[in-house]
Amino acid sequence: MIEIENLNVWFGENHVLKDVSFDVPLNGSFGLVGESGSGKSTVLRTITGLVDDWEGRITIADKNLGPKRDIAFYRDVQMVFQDPFGSLHPRHTIDRILSEPVDVHKLGNSDARVIEALKQVGLDNSFRFRYPHQLSGGQRQRVAIARALILKPKILLLDEPTSALDVSIQAEVLNLLSALRRDLGLTYIMVSHDLAVVAHMCDDIAIMNLGRIVERATARQLADGHLDHPYSQQLFRAAAGYDRAIIDSFVDWD
Amino acid sequence: MTQDLILSVRNLHVGFNTAKGAIEAVRGVSFDLGRERLGIVGESGSGKSQTGRAILGLTAANGHIRADRLQFHDTDLRNLSPRDWRKVRGARISMIMQDPKYSLNPVMTVGDQIIEAYREHFKVNNREAKRRAIEMLESVKIRDPELVFKSYPHEVSGGMGQRVMIAMMLIPEPELIIADEPTSALDVTVQLQVMAILDDLVRERGMALIFISHDLHLVSSFCDRVLVMYQGRVVEEIAASNLDQAQHPYTRGLLNCLPKMDGNHADLPVLARDAAWETQDLT
Repeated sequence: MIEIENLNVWFGENHVLKDVSFDVPLNGSFGLVGESGSGKSTVLRTITGLVDDWEGRITIADKNLGPKRDIAFYRDVQMVFQDPFGSLHPRHTIDRILSEPVDVHKLGNSDARVIEALKQVGLDNSFRFRYPHQLSGGQRQRVAIARALILKPKILLLDEPTSALDVSIQAEVLNLLSALRRDLGLTYIMVSHDLAVVAHMCDDIAIMNLGRIVERATARQLADGHLDHPYSQQLFRAAAGYDRAIIDSFVDWD
Repeated sequence: MTQDLILSVRNLHVGFNTAKGAIEAVRGVSFDLGRERLGIVGESGSGKSQTGRAILGLTAANGHIRADRLQFHDTDLRNLSPRDWRKVRGARISMIMQDPKYSLNPVMTVGDQIIEAYREHFKVNNREAKRRAIEMLESVKIRDPELVFKSYPHEVSGGMGQRVMIAMMLIPEPELIIADEPTSALDVTVQLQVMAILDDLVRERGMALIFISHDLHLVSSFCDRVLVMYQGRVVEEIAASNLDQAQHPYTRGLLNCLPKMDGNHADLPVLARDAAWETQDLT
């Protein structure tokens, strides 16, 4: 469904993605893990066309992407951002936030579509005419997911979708995302700094450092701690919590 | 333990008058603190930060504090004058905030800020203060302290910024440090390294530490004792090493809903909240 080959990205002089390649099958869920500055979000931003200076091949549903994305691309590929406090317009009602993509794509029938999208993310109709500030963090992220779903996309790009949420709310949103993938046959690329979140959500995982994929692993291999690269081993050990001896073994990777 | 008692809190309430009516953020929190590392864990809105702020008299102007006891050594923290507060804050109790991006002064060099913190409490000349500041930057494992001393906050990384904060807060040698989500804005490895630095310094100097965080696992691997807060109350107090024997359904729910690296993609257990947790008698 998604094929990326030798993707290179520059921000001015800065070479931020170096030969990134991976495939995601239809209905698959691919995870990108790394620390800040590793380039994991840049991969998603390049796919959606938010980055100009790139080289390589990006193929979505057998179509090669050029420098510009057409409107049909965004029907198929939608993105959910990290911070539901920043990604929803504070002075638009939920109804307006959700109908905007419908209007942009001239799909019509926005009433029914809004109601359906809200239902898909487990919010009832009473939310429709509220403003984002009247919602909790978890409810807002549901609205952001509904906004992505309303165009009935095939692919969702998830950029740290739960890292701004409390763990109990994170569990609800992750369950929702799993159910949507199952029920709607969606394909995911999920970016997170949290190894456990990615291990839980994804079948196939890439660990990134300084713009490169340093290691690929399946969820099973990750569960068993089967990692070869010292950077991914360090990340794995760090996920286990505070242990003085382990911390002293850390090396800097910059 | 009793002779080492640093802080004693009984039945602490923190309330706010807002446009939408009165809110009780903290409802009857009690604990004693010796020379130890105490974790306060809870989700957003649980009152964990407001508990920390009340101890330092940093509750916002529309808030009010009520407590049967709020005793720091021989000082009653309940009715201090602003003048008396200045003798406690920074010098004897200090706070490390979440994000160095916002808690450092952006138009002042790192060195000047540390010196300012030091000279507020110690009558020393500039050269001596600078020497102490560089020493302090070294002790938080900054490799090139002279360079960082001259840098502005935007020129240092997040992990470095938080080390600078720790240096600044520890330089007057307070007896109690309140760290409010000090590492949540950092990458995991950097987070652990910063915690290790804090841990070493707190131990060496025999300080007490209150570590406030939303991360139950991290806190329990770091602290000696953990208070779990829910809706303004402590629902469970537990020795950190016994976390897996937590009794309260809220604590258990929090632990269960974390995704685990076990290769299992089944739905996560969702925390079912019980209204009784807000009122039940916990003694």
